[in-house]
Amino acid sequence: MRGVVKRYGSITAVAGLDLEVPMGTCVGLLGPNGAGKSTTMRLLTAQSIADEGELEVLGFTLPAESKQARARCGVVPQLDNLDTTLTVAQNLLVFTHLYRVPRPERRDAIERALELAKLGDRRDDRVDKLSGGMRRRLLIARALVHRPQLVLLDEPTVGLDPQVRQELWALIDALRSEGTTLLMSTHYIEEAERLADTVLIMSHGTAVAAGPPSELVREHAGSEALEVYGPPARLAEVEAEAVSAGLRTRRTGTSVSVLGIDRRNGTPFEGERRPANLEDVFVLLTGEEIA
Amino acid sequence: MATPEARAPRIGRLERSALTGVLVREVVNFSSYWKSTTFSSTVEPTIYLIAFGFGFGSLVSTIGGYDYVDFVGTGTVATAVLFSSAFPAMFGTFVKYQFQRTYDAILAAPVDTEELVTAEALWIATRAGVYGCVPMLVAIAFGLDPAWGMLLVPFIGWIAGFGWANFGISIAGYSKSFENFNYVISAVLTPLFLLAGSFFPLDGFPEWAQVLAAFNPLYQCVQLIRAAVFGLLGWDDLFRVAVLVAFGLLVWRVAIRAMTKKLID
Repeated sequence: MRGVVKRYGSITAVAGLDLEVPMGTCVGLLGPNGAGKSTTMRLLTAQSIADEGELEVLGFTLPAESKQARARCGVVPQLDNLDTTLTVAQNLLVFTHLYRVPRPERRDAIERALELAKLGDRRDDRVDKLSGGMRRRLLIARALVHRPQLVLLDEPTVGLDPQVRQELWALIDALRSEGTTLLMSTHYIEEAERLADTVLIMSHGTAVAAGPPSELVREHAGSEALEVYGPPARLAEVEAEAVSAGLRTRRTGTSVSVLGIDRRNGTPFEGERRPANLEDVFVLLTGEEIA
Repeated sequence: MATPEARAPRIGRLERSALTGVLVREVVNFSSYWKSTTFSSTVEPTIYLIAFGFGFGSLVSTIGGYDYVDFVGTGTVATAVLFSSAFPAMFGTFVKYQFQRTYDAILAAPVDTEELVTAEALWIATRAGVYGCVPMLVAIAFGLDPAWGMLLVPFIGWIAGFGWANFGISIAGYSKSFENFNYVISAVLTPLFLLAGSFFPLDGFPEWAQVLAAFNPLYQCVQLIRAAVFGLLGWDDLFRVAVLVAFGLLVWRVAIRAMTKKLID
């Protein structure tokens, strides 16, 4: 994507976005709700048509050749759109047809997807009998029946229990290690840190920074932060002192994080040292809280 | 990596594999709800036949030279076609778009809106063609004489059903909420339904209403079905087929337009 702009009336959802996903890597779009992540995903399947800019997916120009591109992509939507009155296997069967898996390969494709989603023993159960985590796994497996070259995951673990989320991370990580190219949107910092080779931090429809998570953290937030706790008045003091000492801070509810302290010898504050993270970077760059 | 030209067969419009994909989804889904659909589409015309047959049938034994049961039995075929196409199209489309988000999934696959709408309409038309025959079968049980011309009825139902399906999809496409359907049902479908000659002939209507009826696809459908069942097909029936085909093609394009506007932004 180069210089892509998408407007809805007076709202600009995507404002000149550049995005490149190298083959065989996982790129994470990280940003709060409303940053333009889902619109970006819709642009890539030509369900939204860009007002400006150029889009190319797997060598196909959008929107003219989007159908060819879509045939080679798998999409895991943010909102569950499985056919709930059908069985697990029937849902997969429908998608082998929609994605044009040749007849002799259909059975194998379904078996492979069932195995991937670990739903082999639930194949004949209706989807509305499955747990939320199982449905998500099926949603991911469904996107893979045709062995896509690129998989788009829109908020793959949103609204799930931490335990289920980790299960899905394992599944996505397995895909990544097999060399599938992934583009994933998320507003969970940890998800982006764990799964993405490259993170693109999005805010108000543009990329404010891009790079491997560890580099982004080192570059923008240093390696360590100091978490200072105290009553609100004390926190305000800490902020003022830190700023006058040339340090950057951010509020995290009950504490003030003083960033980049590793670049200094000693600090005037008492607090807990912790490794800097992507959230620090995000807040520093956008001034917004995430998640 | 190979160039796109080398590895990609040209992909065009209205591809068979895309239509098949959408149809397979409908057929597989149908396997989970066919019992209730078949039940209601059989019981409804039976009740109509019994009610009208005994109700009006006791007052008038013949209409336009037909037994009243035969008249109503053939008339309700068109009604059944309408009910099993326009309504599922309106409500089904809206549910699949708004609540189940099925269309998001389908359009993310190599299927275009044109193919999606066409396949959905073809499927509904096929169902309408089949279910349209049910009242006729019920009427046979009530004394309608079987005739070879009846074999044409599913095809007439299919053509009419394709139009009504696309009509329903168009309404769903242009509606922002379910409530809008009320306007369409009251102001469009009910008058068309009554101005179709299903339950009573239109001879007694003022002339303007009879002229209006000629533009009513449902009226043309009723006339065609009676002509086929009673072995009276003539040249003017070709005109009726033409009206149904023209209606179908027109609303087909409207439906594609409506859904493209709704699904692609």
